[in-house]
Amino acid sequence: MVGWAIAVHGGAGVDPNLPTQRQDQAKQLLTRCLKLGISALRSNLSAIDVVELVVRELETDPIFNSGRGSALTEKGKVEMEASIMDGLGRRCGAVSGLTTVKNPVSLARLVMDKSPHSYLAFSGAEDFAKQMGVEREENDYFITEDNLGMLKIAQEANSIVFDYRIPTIGYESCGLGAESPLRMNGLPINFYSPETVGCVAVDTQGRCAAATSTGGLMNKKTGRIGDSPLIGAGTYACDVCGVSCTGEGEAIIRGTLAREVAAVMEYKGFGLQEAVDFVIKERLDDGKAGLIAVSKTGEVACGFNCVGMFRGCATEDGFMEVAIWE
Amino acid sequence: MGWAIALHGGAGDIPVDIPAERREPREAALRRILQIGVSALNAKRSPLDVVELVVRELENCPHFNAGKGSVLTANGTVEMEACIMDGNTKKCGAVSGVATVVNPVSLARRIMEKSPHVYLAFDGAEAFARQQGLETMDKSHFITPENIERLKQAKEANRVQQDYSQPIKPEERDGDSKLGTVGCVAVDSLGNLAAATSTGGLVNKMAGRIGDTPLVGAGTYANKLCAISATGIGEAIIRETVARDVAAVMEYKGLGLKEAAAYIVDQVAPKGTTGLIGVSAKGEVTMPFNTTGMFRACATEDGFMEVAIWKSE
Repeated sequence: MVGWAIAVHGGAGVDPNLPTQRQDQAKQLLTRCLKLGISALRSNLSAIDVVELVVRELETDPIFNSGRGSALTEKGKVEMEASIMDGLGRRCGAVSGLTTVKNPVSLARLVMDKSPHSYLAFSGAEDFAKQMGVEREENDYFITEDNLGMLKIAQEANSIVFDYRIPTIGYESCGLGAESPLRMNGLPINFYSPETVGCVAVDTQGRCAAATSTGGLMNKKTGRIGDSPLIGAGTYACDVCGVSCTGEGEAIIRGTLAREVAAVMEYKGFGLQEAVDFVIKERLDDGKAGLIAVSKTGEVACGFNCVGMFRGCATEDGFMEVAIWE
Repeated sequence: MGWAIALHGGAGDIPVDIPAERREPREAALRRILQIGVSALNAKRSPLDVVELVVRELENCPHFNAGKGSVLTANGTVEMEACIMDGNTKKCGAVSGVATVVNPVSLARRIMEKSPHVYLAFDGAEAFARQQGLETMDKSHFITPENIERLKQAKEANRVQQDYSQPIKPEERDGDSKLGTVGCVAVDSLGNLAAATSTGGLVNKMAGRIGDTPLVGAGTYANKLCAISATGIGEAIIRETVARDVAAVMEYKGLGLKEAAAYIVDQVAPKGTTGLIGVSAKGEVTMPFNTTGMFRACATEDGFMEVAIWKSE
């Protein structure tokens, strides 16, 4: 028996000028979700059930960029994606291009448990959702006023939100307030929406699991897939750990970030925090990202190389922390 | 050191008594396409150009499960996917769910170089292909009679045709139905590496199913140490992050290419699920597999060349 541990995140890359009210709202949600997860772990739910449960909660709340409250495509619609992985057996499930599914992470779980495949997308995924009878809503349900506003700004600034770190063109002419020198994914950070939510957990049996869910990049092209549904990039869990990442999609994909944490633990014998620090420092080149991780021995760790990551973590011995900045 | 190149046409349960008329065209294609890759390397084309070029040829060849000749989904349609990665920059491009694009690997490359994203799928990918002026054909162009037959058999057997599964009835010896994917890896004399993979996926797959091929780190990977393209059971390759793991083992455990690839294929990936081709920055090449066979070919600048299907003696 090991002590359980859990971590949640609501995106890496936060505007240092984010209004206090927003910061407080975010922290409240993280706290609530963390407590939900803790309660579930104390009731001996398995890690895979816990991560799904917690991410469902994060998806349902409109604050972060997943489920309801997802960022919008260039067409003003929502296309959601998610993945989930069970360290036990390394089973995994992922979905992309969802437009009506209320809880993408739960559909990802069904792909894992009830389909012969690992990853379903777009209309095939929607068909599967209907077959499975999951809760669905019209696309409008997922769209918030905030995000409509954000999309308009992004389009007026003529900026396409990049996976690569390319400066925004035409932003200067848009007449927005003080331009932040900080950028992520090609957008000034004051209207870059934190990308993703995730949860990792290890239960009292030492089983790890991870799940990640997102609406993706603001103003993305229809059909664009990011790191969140990609096993090994945004999400990974195995015998030794569970990891969920957030930040610049391309950097996470080409760094195979989530897998990397596990690989240095397995192949170099690093401990969890060492592995997280190493990967953030050495595997991101000039990309900006963050991640949360748990190990089978009940440790929890987070790391990020950008300004802030919405996160919360807790371990069985009573440690608990919800934070945004360093 | 000299250049090295390897290409594959899928790993799976390819029975040793496969009829000549099913074996020969594939062997001939592998030979021909290998030569194309070799000429390109001799002409000093970059490995990124070479892997794209070679995979285009494999896609155009109807005998392999990519581009024309792709296997069919449960709906009788073609949904193709591909991925390309540049070892130097680790820039990558991927595409899934295309039905009319003649060369998915070229679309993956365009996504990498000309779009603000890394991975596009389905309608969005099709729209981008048209925007970029890539060659498209009517969906029927990609569908071959053999694949219609394979789908029919799979449905009758009511199973998703995994590439490794033993035939249900001994007399059902359609061994070449067990096709995977196509891929190419290459390194030039300066140690620049690239990898590309392309596929139609699994016979009778659910519409919308994405396999390992477009997932960076699973079916395709390249960095400054090596370039890898994997083939076999998608779901297993994803879970084992096969392509990345070969590179990781080289990097973190200091194993050489052959050793690292053998370790992943023999000790880590479940038997009957995985094959891969790899080249290293040192100009080495390896093509291990734990399935019955893998359609493959490789060559190095010093004149070594191999075209094979089953284990070499």
